[in-house]
This record gives sequence, structure tokens and C-alpha cells, in this order.
Amino acid sequence: MSVESPGGIALGRSGNPAVRRWQYLLFAAPALVAVFLVIVFPWAFTVFMSMHDWGVVGSRTFVGADNFLRLLSDKRFIESIGHTLYFTALAIALPVVLGVFAAVVFHRNFPMRGVLRAIFIMPMMATPVAIALVWTMMFHPQLGVLNYLLTSVGLPPSLWVYSPATVIPALVLVEVWHWTPLVMLIVLGGLASLPTEPYESAVIDGASAWQMFRHITFPLVLPFIMVAVIIRAIDALKTFDTIFVITQGGPGTASETINIFLYLQAFAFYDIGYASAVVVVFFVIIVIFSLILLWARQRTLWVVDN
Amino acid sequence: MNATGPLAQVRGAFSVSAKRGFEVLFGKLAFAFAVIVIVSPAILVFLWMLSLSLKTEVENTAFPPVFIPGTLTLQNFYAVFESSPFALYTLNSIIVSGTATGLALLVGVPAGYGIAKARSNGIAVLILIARMTPGLSYLIPLFIMFRVLGLTNSLTPIIITHLVITVPIVVWIMIGFFENLPRELEESALIDGASLWQAFWRIALPLSRPGIVVAAILSFIFSWNNFIFGVVLAGRETRTLPVAVYNVLTFEQISWGPLAAAALVVTLPVLVLTVVIQKQIVGGLTSGAVKGG
Repeated sequence: MSVESPGGIALGRSGNPAVRRWQYLLFAAPALVAVFLVIVFPWAFTVFMSMHDWGVVGSRTFVGADNFLRLLSDKRFIESIGHTLYFTALAIALPVVLGVFAAVVFHRNFPMRGVLRAIFIMPMMATPVAIALVWTMMFHPQLGVLNYLLTSVGLPPSLWVYSPATVIPALVLVEVWHWTPLVMLIVLGGLASLPTEPYESAVIDGASAWQMFRHITFPLVLPFIMVAVIIRAIDALKTFDTIFVITQGGPGTASETINIFLYLQAFAFYDIGYASAVVVVFFVIIVIFSLILLWARQRTLWVVDN
Repeated sequence: MNATGPLAQVRGAFSVSAKRGFEVLFGKLAFAFAVIVIVSPAILVFLWMLSLSLKTEVENTAFPPVFIPGTLTLQNFYAVFESSPFALYTLNSIIVSGTATGLALLVGVPAGYGIAKARSNGIAVLILIARMTPGLSYLIPLFIMFRVLGLTNSLTPIIITHLVITVPIVVWIMIGFFENLPRELEESALIDGASLWQAFWRIALPLSRPGIVVAAILSFIFSWNNFIFGVVLAGRETRTLPVAVYNVLTFEQISWGPLAAAALVVTLPVLVLTVVIQKQIVGGLTSGAVKGG
């Protein structure tokens, strides 16, 4: 065998791992071409456009950093950053708390667990536009089912997405509904990987269920919760469908996040150069979060491996 | 009862039997209540969507709301398919998501294999960052490019942009799958003189079929759900379903029945697929999610 195909042996025994590695990377070449065309090239082109005054008809003048300076003094943009951070903070905290709780519940065995878990993860997969439409109808101040539920238990009705004061929390409600299942799944995976020994000794020491959660479960699944937090952060930062369908950034500009601001600049006002500058700033924020995610992932693996 | 085993032991060891009966009952009731609280928002929203879509307009705009329809009607569904070419939009969605998923599998499965085998973190990071970036950021340059190329009134630009969603999903899931595949079979094939491609095609690929199914379904779902590319790029004839549904909203002011019916038509296939792969989503993808998204 070895005599007939010396090439095969060179590959198989791999006297040179570096060569083998390059050969494996060839498998990724078509995907890299695709990624380059639809992802890397648009990035580069966006940076180029951000330094121009770019009208949609094709007029173009080089303006250097003007678009970025204009962003700094654009009150609407600064406010949109504030809205984004407010929305993101709530849309991380609530799904994480509820998701951890749901994971602890689903980690136990109970009748119909499989079916109920399937139902529980459905919102995560449901089409956001369709769901946003249903919530729009539920938020209706006069005819909506949410105000009916509030008033029937004696609470005052809310204006939900129709008031600048409540619009962002109301939108977060939809986000919580959508994405708590993802947090639950990540934490559930963490719970499944926990060792049983600490619980056995805690039981011998007479620890209560809460003490065991607080001092054993929580610290051990913390790396998984961290990953959930960061994934949630990235998804919340770029939320678009829900906000666009339900409020389009309104009332006024009360729920206009960076992403909505970006959409309006690019495809409502056709201020392409300016919108590209928004993309660049937005992208920097996202990359910072991505790096944190990778760092957290490494840390998680390290903690789990040990 | 794996992790709760110790807890049950505690109860068994330290409770007096009479007190214990009460405690167990109370604990079970509290737990059942917790399960109901957790699951009901999901059920209620879907049921409300179903209820709205099956009721007459009079009942839909009644206050207090009518929960159980007095008269069931399919009128809303007829209205959706009559007032707009919804069948065409459904076909568009199938073509776009199907093609984008097929192309993503074609380039993404070998890529996942190569990246997993070469342990290339650099490329993995690139794919991850692509996944993190908002879709809108690619859209401006691609929009301009498609206009220059004169591609605006076809499904092609929409399919191309959907690759932004499908390729990273497939690559990412397949990396996870190939990393966990036992490597002995391939190694021995390589020693017997197979080329790397043969080892991939004859051994790794057949073994990874379950992973490919999950990657395909997830990539199809997220492409199907995508709204933003369609809303910018689609013309009247080339709308995908989410865009079509959004347009029902803008045209029909407060006609809730057709709106809910349209929403249901769009999201039902996705929910069915979710049930099909729910085991894999819960089991296999949990580690995938921890790996980055």
C-alpha cells in the first residue's frame, strides 16, 4: 500500500503539519470568496463612502472626516445612542434573569417537559415581523388585550408604545418574549455540564436549596450566563425588525435607536455618505462587543475544562 | 432527576413524614405554578394570533376582547390571498431561502470542515464578526452595487444578501460538528492513501449528516424570517413574505383579522420546522450557542 501511493503517505502521515493545514484551509476557500464578496467588500466600500458626500444619484465629493464631525454634533444621533443603550440594558437584564430562572426550572424532570420546552423555545424562532404585528395589536390603548388584562386586575391602563415615556420598556417586552428562550438554552447547557459532587457534600452539610443555588450552581454556570449576556448585548444592539414594525422609531424620535437612525439616513433621506459614517461608528461598537465575546468564550472554555 | 437527586435525598433524610407530605405537595404546586408562568406568555401570544385570525372583524375590535371566537371564519385568510399576490410572495420566500441555504451548504460545509481541521481561529473570528454585524451595514454598498449592475427587479440581489445570514450560520454550526467528530476513521483512511478530499467526502460528510440537517433548517429559518434585506431591495413582484406582511400593516389600517392571518401564514412553517428539530436545538445547539451565537 505504502509503496503504491507515496503521495498519500506524505499527506496521511503528515510529516509537515503546516502543509496539511494549508490543504485543509483550501476547503474554506469558496466560503471565503463568498464572505469576501458579500461581507468584506461592503465593509471596505462603506468606509470609502463614509468619507464622501454621496448622493443617491451618484454625485460624490471627498469630504474627509466631515461626516463623522457632523455625527458628533447631531443631537438626534447622540439621542439615538442613548435610546440604544437604554433599550440594550433592559433587553439584556430581563431576558437573562428570566432565562436563568427558566433554565433552573427546565433542568428538573417533570411530566410533559419535552413538549413544554418545545413550546417555550418557539418564540425564538418565530418570524419577528409577524410577532411584532401581533404585539402592535395587543399594545392598542383602547382595543388592545394588554390594557384589558391590566384593567381587569385593577391596574391603570398604559399607553405602551404610544407614549415617549413607556415606548422603550414596551418594546423591550417584545424582545424579552422573543429572546428569553435563547438565554434559557445556553444556561441549560451549562447546568447539564455541572458535576454532582459539590451538591452531595452540601447536602451532607445541610445546605438549603437556595444556598446550593447561590453558592454552587450560580458560580458554576456564571461563565455560561456571561456568554448569554454578551450574545444578548450584541443582538439587542442591532434590534431592527421589532422597533421598525411597531414604532418606526416613534412617537417622535423616542424609540429611534442607532439602527433605525441608520435606516432612515440611508433609505429614507438617501444621505448615503452620512449613513456610511454611522455604519462605521456602529461597527466599531459591535467589534468591541465581539472581542469581549471571544474573550468570554475562551474564559468559559477554560473554566469548564478545569 | 439527575441534579435534583441530592435535593430529594435531603428531603427524604431530614423531614418528618407528616410534615414532609405537606412540603412535597407545596413544593410541587409552587413548581407547577413556575412552569405555567414561564410557558404561558409563549402560548398566549400564539393563541391570540390564532384567535384574531379566525374571528370576524366585529369580534376582533370588540372591547372587552373576545377570547373564544363566537363564529369561526376563514374569511381573513381568503382576504389575505385575494387582496395581494400572497401566493407569489410565498413562492419568492421559498426560492430565496431555499437557494440561499443551498448555496450556503455548498460552500459552508467544506469550509466548516477545513476550519475545524486546521484549527484556524482567524477565519472563525472573521465569520463570527460577520455574524455580529448588523445586516443594515452591508446593505448600503450592496444596494448601490445592485443598482449599478441593474439587478434591482429580480430575486438575485435578495438571494445574494441572504448569504450574509446563511453562510455564517452553516459554517459556524459545521465547525462545531466536525470538531466533535471522532477523527480515527479519517486518520486511518489517510494512512491507507486517501486524499484529504476523499476523507472528507467519503467519511466525514456521511457522518455529519445530522449536523447538516440542523444547519440547513436553522439557516432556512433565519433567512425566511429576515425582513431588512427584503424591505430595502424588494420591488412589488419580488417581495418575500415578511415584507409582504409588513405591507398589509401599512395598507389596512385597523383590519386586524387579515393582519393576524397574514402573520400566521408567515410564521407557521417556521414553527413547524422548530418542532421538527427541537431536540437538536435543545441538545446539540446548546454547545453551539455557547461557542458563539
